[in-house]
Amino acid sequence: MSDSTHRPAPVSPVEQRVAALEALLTERGLVPEGFIEQVTRRYESETGPMNGAKVVARAWLDPQYKQRLLADGTAAIAELGFGGPEGDHMVVVENTAAVHNVIVCTLCSCYPWPVLGLPPAWYKDPPYRARMVREPRALLAEMGCPLPEEAEIRVWDSSAEVRYLVLPQRPAATEDMTEAELAALVTRDSMIGVARL
Amino acid sequence: MLVDGIHDLGGMQGLGAVDHSPAEPVFRHRWEAVARALLLVVADAAGASGGEFRHAIERMEPGHYLTSGYYEHWLTAAATLAVEHGLVTVSELEARAGGRFPLSGPVLAPPVADAGPDAGTPRFGVGDRVRVREWHPPGHTRCPGYVRGKAGTVVRVDGIYSVPDIEAHGTARRHEPTYSVQFDAAELWGDGQRGVRVHVDLWDSYLEPS
Repeated sequence: MSDSTHRPAPVSPVEQRVAALEALLTERGLVPEGFIEQVTRRYESETGPMNGAKVVARAWLDPQYKQRLLADGTAAIAELGFGGPEGDHMVVVENTAAVHNVIVCTLCSCYPWPVLGLPPAWYKDPPYRARMVREPRALLAEMGCPLPEEAEIRVWDSSAEVRYLVLPQRPAATEDMTEAELAALVTRDSMIGVARL
Repeated sequence: MLVDGIHDLGGMQGLGAVDHSPAEPVFRHRWEAVARALLLVVADAAGASGGEFRHAIERMEPGHYLTSGYYEHWLTAAATLAVEHGLVTVSELEARAGGRFPLSGPVLAPPVADAGPDAGTPRFGVGDRVRVREWHPPGHTRCPGYVRGKAGTVVRVDGIYSVPDIEAHGTARRHEPTYSVQFDAAELWGDGQRGVRVHVDLWDSYLEPS
């Protein structure tokens, strides 16, 4: 807004509530110095889909790594240095021409933080959670990912401790690419399973 | 279809289109990051388990749940747990916020005193047919309503983990094997859709042989 440089934007009720809770907890000595900044930094810059993209690119280039990744996702992902909360029990599901995998959490918003970062808003909002288990073919088409009628769709509802990562199919005509170039092709949506590359 | 809480969204109709954006900032506003961090602070100070934290969100007033985003859910859960564990009071929160501070509703399930023995050995193996128990617990559960009473096939046996239904309601714990169970979408919804399989990860006691 053009006038926002002259006066602060109005504080919304939810901001006032956050500020109230922050102030009370801080006064009670419960918020360690720098903690909020540390949490923010961690999720804004240290984790995100760029991590998952590295895992995917490695699997595309190295058949033995791919085998390890599909057999024990947690251990293979840890080889590249990624792990931690919401990534302690990873299962990687592979897309092929005949099978398409997609992940969802109908009960809340479980998501593999170490490899994909925090989930996008639409993944956490009710329409995606309600519809992906009921009409995945229609919803995928609506989200720009139409699949052939004969393709099998496997939906994975992250309802317990396992977190999922989709291993997308390697696009054609990428034989000459380096690992870094391949990783740059891999999108967040392709690793959730709402897009194909 | 019966569901036990507004959060149990699998299969619910009438919610409209997915507001899909291919990329977005991790936090759209600073308050979102603060809310996220404060829940970690409260969970730590209150000694709240993952089950208790999730249940604090699930107990939100349904209209508030559906019309607020993820970080407002986290804020509401953090404030609710902070009040329930005696870290702050509702009147302090409302005085500081300068207005109403909506919190989640009360816990309806009684505390679990006796969790029963751990189940160390999986009852089911890959390929076994199982049926999900048809029940409606008043408290927290990680068994989605849309698979209750439905039959499926075990496709993966996972680790042994604390049962959320128990850990959300006290300090008692029980550990059980978990499974990934595959359901044919046509069986779940009775609508004839083909080539669609939905996999749900379930604790041992949610299941019975089929």
